Amino acid sequence: MSCSRRKFLKQTMAGALTAALPGITVLSLAPGEARALAEKSNLRWVFLVDTRKCVGCGLCVKACKLENEIPYDAPITRTWVERYVVTKDGETHVDSPNAGRDGYTSAEIRGEAIDPENIEKAFFVPKLCNQCENPPCVQVCPVGATYQTDDGVVLVDREWCIGCGYCIMACPYGVRFFHPETKTADKCNWCYHRISQGLESACVQACPFGARRMGNLRDPDDPVTQIIMTERVQVLKDEYGTEPHVFYLGLDERVR
Amino acid sequence: MTGWYLGIGGVGIRRLGVSMKKHWLRPLWVAIAVVAAVLVGRVFMVPDDFGVHGESFTYHYYRASNVQEWKDFPVKYRGRERCERCHRENSEEVAASKHAAMQCENCHGPAAGHPREVKKLPIDASRDLCLRCHQTLDYPSSLRRELPGVNGDRHGRKAECRKCHDPHHPDLEDRR
Repeated sequence: MSCSRRKFLKQTMAGALTAALPGITVLSLAPGEARALAEKSNLRWVFLVDTRKCVGCGLCVKACKLENEIPYDAPITRTWVERYVVTKDGETHVDSPNAGRDGYTSAEIRGEAIDPENIEKAFFVPKLCNQCENPPCVQVCPVGATYQTDDGVVLVDREWCIGCGYCIMACPYGVRFFHPETKTADKCNWCYHRISQGLESACVQACPFGARRMGNLRDPDDPVTQIIMTERVQVLKDEYGTEPHVFYLGLDERVR
Repeated sequence: MTGWYLGIGGVGIRRLGVSMKKHWLRPLWVAIAVVAAVLVGRVFMVPDDFGVHGESFTYHYYRASNVQEWKDFPVKYRGRERCERCHRENSEEVAASKHAAMQCENCHGPAAGHPREVKKLPIDASRDLCLRCHQTLDYPSSLRRELPGVNGDRHGRKAECRKCHDPHHPDLEDRR
């Protein structure tokens, strides 16, 4: 029985590598990560906004503020409605007085009267947290106070948040704000307390026109998922790579 | 001997031949004590359920019990179905009207605590509430234009809309 030095070294290396492989795989995954991979949630919340149905009544904003205990008269809100009026000279006039909380009851925009004859198109766009798949607001939190749940909703831990405001700066959609009562960052969580017990979120329920809907992206038979899969939908600021999960029907290119 | 291993300072001391206490030891002990205090304090202050609960440290590093805390947040808007249980007549009337899509709580306010703590819900009968939808805004490419609208500044002489229009039954023609 002969064993050359070359052969011996080769076999030793191969053996060592084989032995180490499972170890390397396991070590690179924290226990939580391995568990999450093993049992991936069959629920991923998704939101659908049909801008063609929105009339700018603002009942969604009112309901959101009351439901989620957001100071009613403070200039902060978890969701809002924007008005876009494009005039025939190609100019876009945008406003959102009181975040659209009291609806739109005047044709004036920022004190400027616009002649209805001069309007090319005009519409309302509801906005809220996109519950991104890659949420930049979560990445920047220095204390682990904001996170993504296994059903895709980004929450803020009010006990743990130190109120540094990095997340408020990081959100490309301007969804986050500083809550003056809890002294923490705050954001829309799609009414997590409601949707996790089978209720509709406050804004979805309040909307009389069905402009706001929610569904489960992992259920191919879900009516909202069906629309997202089969119709022409758009998201906001796709180029940021955040993978937003609020899909819009009838979105105009002027909406940013 | 140690002087040799400790770089310039130590060598300097040896060369001078001064017998001196190792001056760097004190800040070293302080640094070690601070690190130890932080590590020990961390054990007591970080909750047991704090850690990675998901696919990545980047997005799923959190206090697990916070998820349940959010789920326990009190619900305020109870929805039409709950109103129906006691106010069947009203709910049927609205359901047959043009306001069928409206939630009761859009005008009557969130029903949390009703009827036990809050006996009567305050009704928002303001003109502004109606004008949210019924102020004419002639906006092409918006559903707003399709809604029956008035000019809130002129129509109805600033009176409450419900003086003439029953919100449960908004058509003037089939007013009871």
